[in-house]
Amino acid sequence: MMELAWNEDELRFRDEVRAFLDANLTDEIRAAGLLMTSVYADHERSLEWQRILHARGWAAPAWPTEYGGAGWSVTQRYIFSRERVAAGAPPVSPMGIQMCGPAIIGHGTPEQKAYFLPRMLSGEHFWCQGYSEPGAGSDLASLQMRAEDDGDHLICSGQKIWNTHADIANWGFFLVRTGKYDRPQKGITFLLIDMATPGVTVRPIISPSGEHIQNEIFLDEVRVPKSNVVGTIDDGWTVAKYLLEFERGGVAYAPELQVRLDAIEAAARQVPGDGTGTLREDAAFSRRVAEARIAISELEIYEFRAMSAEAEGKSPGASASIMKIRGTELQQLLTELGLIVAGRYGFAYQPQAGRPGGPVQFPHGDDVNGPDFAAIAPLRYLNERAGTIYAGSNEIQRNILAKLLGL
Amino acid sequence: MDFTFSDEQVQLRSSLQSYLAERNGFERRVKISRSEPGWSADLWRGLAEELGIIGAALPESVGGIGGGPVETMIIMEELGASLVLEPYFETAVVAAGLLQAGGREAELEAIVRGDARYAFAWAEPEGRYRYHHVGTRAVRDGSGWRLSGMKAVVGAAPWATHLLVSARTGGDIRDRDGISLFLVDPAACGVAMRGYPTIDGRRAADIRFDDVQVDATALVGTEGTSLSLIEKVGDVAIAALGAEALGVMRRLVQDTIDYTRQRRQFGQPISSFQALQHRMVDMFMKLELATSAVYLATLSLDADATERAKAASAAKVSVGQALRFIGQNAVQLHGGMGMTDELPVGHYFKRATVIEGELGSTDYHLARYAELSKAAA
Ligand SMILES: Cc1cc2nc3c(=O)[nH]c(=O)nc-3n(C[C@H](O)[C@H](O)[C@H](O)COP(=O)(O)OP(=O)(O)OC[C@H]3O[C@@H](n4cnc5c(N)ncnc54)[C@H](O)[C@@H]3O)c2cc1C
Repeated sequence: MMELAWNEDELRFRDEVRAFLDANLTDEIRAAGLLMTSVYADHERSLEWQRILHARGWAAPAWPTEYGGAGWSVTQRYIFSRERVAAGAPPVSPMGIQMCGPAIIGHGTPEQKAYFLPRMLSGEHFWCQGYSEPGAGSDLASLQMRAEDDGDHLICSGQKIWNTHADIANWGFFLVRTGKYDRPQKGITFLLIDMATPGVTVRPIISPSGEHIQNEIFLDEVRVPKSNVVGTIDDGWTVAKYLLEFERGGVAYAPELQVRLDAIEAAARQVPGDGTGTLREDAAFSRRVAEARIAISELEIYEFRAMSAEAEGKSPGASASIMKIRGTELQQLLTELGLIVAGRYGFAYQPQAGRPGGPVQFPHGDDVNGPDFAAIAPLRYLNERAGTIYAGSNEIQRNILAKLLGL
Repeated sequence: MDFTFSDEQVQLRSSLQSYLAERNGFERRVKISRSEPGWSADLWRGLAEELGIIGAALPESVGGIGGGPVETMIIMEELGASLVLEPYFETAVVAAGLLQAGGREAELEAIVRGDARYAFAWAEPEGRYRYHHVGTRAVRDGSGWRLSGMKAVVGAAPWATHLLVSARTGGDIRDRDGISLFLVDPAACGVAMRGYPTIDGRRAADIRFDDVQVDATALVGTEGTSLSLIEKVGDVAIAALGAEALGVMRRLVQDTIDYTRQRRQFGQPISSFQALQHRMVDMFMKLELATSAVYLATLSLDADATERAKAASAAKVSVGQALRFIGQNAVQLHGGMGMTDELPVGHYFKRATVIEGELGSTDYHLARYAELSKAAA
């Protein structure tokens, strides 16, 4: 039956989440959530928050309880993420709990589950993702990193690129090439690598915003025990695809978009507009806010529809791609509205006003000129350009949709 | 009607191009930008003395070459294509425009020689894009004046040897009358400058004037009636900045074409995907049409005030929309490579972002154009 409002159980769950957030978010952790300059939170604060969530059993919303997850339904996950953003809590790093965890849960050995999952939850292991290579971006299956069989070990050599937080990660999940077959997808192996192994070198990549978050990883004859293979050798693509599907399930963009647009409107009430009132009252700006609101609410209902289809066990089909495309486009749109609110103060480079997701490498001052939101707005604008590039670029998502339409 | 450049203009463009290719290469510029001063005194000297660029569009009577808006357009476009940091725009376009109207020959001569660098302090924290939002006050003090107030995000101010400051000698904060222009020494007692980098690798400052004493000669032009001059020079500035944007966009379009032709995925150059071909064609078209809008603004600078202002606002809208589309898609089509500090594309994108918001946003100029059109009808 179609029903827009939350039911009583869902409302009770929402109140429980609210009370928890209220009781446990410190000002420092909240600042790390509210003053993010990209989708990446300040490492230390985000880990601190993960530990608090872990103590409550909520660090992994989508994992089954037997592995230490919250075991929540898709709806509960949605409610939690909405309340989390509204309360200003930072996200937990996705590479471990959201990405590698499900791969191990779905395809790992009992030993791998017993060793890695608890350490992932506690934050003792901090993960990075080693998929992309200089020659294998959108065409991921063409990856070349060599992994040669040496009895109990695989010996890995080659280069990965764009690896988020590889500089602070102690573990990485990699796709490596163990064999050459007729199809490029075959011969790929999903491998867990201890980043402290001899032969692993990590070099920084600096973003246009001056932040060091991405890296290159070079492997030079790195010996990795075969017990770190997830799934079977040469069949890592299956694991990677499983991970991807899992990752996409229960993802929702609308909750965060709503909260961000609220913040933009609030900021627009604080600055003068081009007319006589505040910027929020300007005709042109009001129209932009209204358009964004409409776009977000239609996405929200779309996400509810996808959620309820998923709850009935239907495979996501087109919805994952549609949500990725529209969600990231709207994230970018909101950063554009943010720039409008910032006005001329949005030209200033003042990362010191925010809580960037990694060390800032360009020269900058200590004090902040103009309002804080204006200082953060251009960094968000620049960094958010990545949203339509990673996790399957929006062009690739459109190619997927075109195929689904039979084109 | 004639849209061809003269031989001299073609020559001006090509000599500036080769000079900048040699002296303002990508890596060198980045290094200069992140150095302590953030600009290069050598390059500035070179532009003034070796090329005579700084005075190219200024009258021969002050040592210039006597060019006009078209020369400014050519110069700005090439400075944009090379992402020049140094304050040609602030000094030789904006300040020189204001000083010319005020008949300040000595100051103009110093500019042409390369001895003076200017910043125009007009914007205030609460003023957004309005030139007449002036809360800074100048009160008479004997034969001179005392200035007090606050200016925000003044481009190139940390590099300036001279500040031009709009201040109120009469009226209320948003009145059109009562605005005067003053020449202020940034080192004068009572001037407190907080400098900072801008996202495009240049510098700006917030400046507080606390009872700053200047003498009678500091007043540029006549007392209380400077707004129309400031608005006129504002339109000159939009045409020039629009030309810089053309240079920036030309590079973004070309770099994207070059990159997609050599980047291979799925066993072929990504430029062979029709989705990307159409995107690049749209980028190219936006550049061509924005170029037309900049030409119109440049050639309308001597028209009556309404025509001039409409053409300037039209250019700012057209250029602003093109900058956004071209900048964002240049990054998108570079994939991850668009998100690094290593390639020029990100640097051009950042400059594009600042130009888009400078001298009035797209929304601001769309509203201004609509208002001007109403009045004319
Ligand atoms: C901020 C950021 C963080 C990242 N973090 C990680 C990480 O932690 N680990 C990791 O492994 N990777 C990571 N990546 C890499 C990311 O997955 C790749 O950037 C992405 O897969 C695109 O690959 P590429 O950069 O090589 O671009 P390319 O594949 O070269 O694409 C360039 C352009 O061509 C387009 N294109 C390509 N093929 C087609 C086609 N067939 N049809 C139409 N258009 C096409 C693309 O959409 C894009 O616009 C990250 C990237 C970014 C920007």
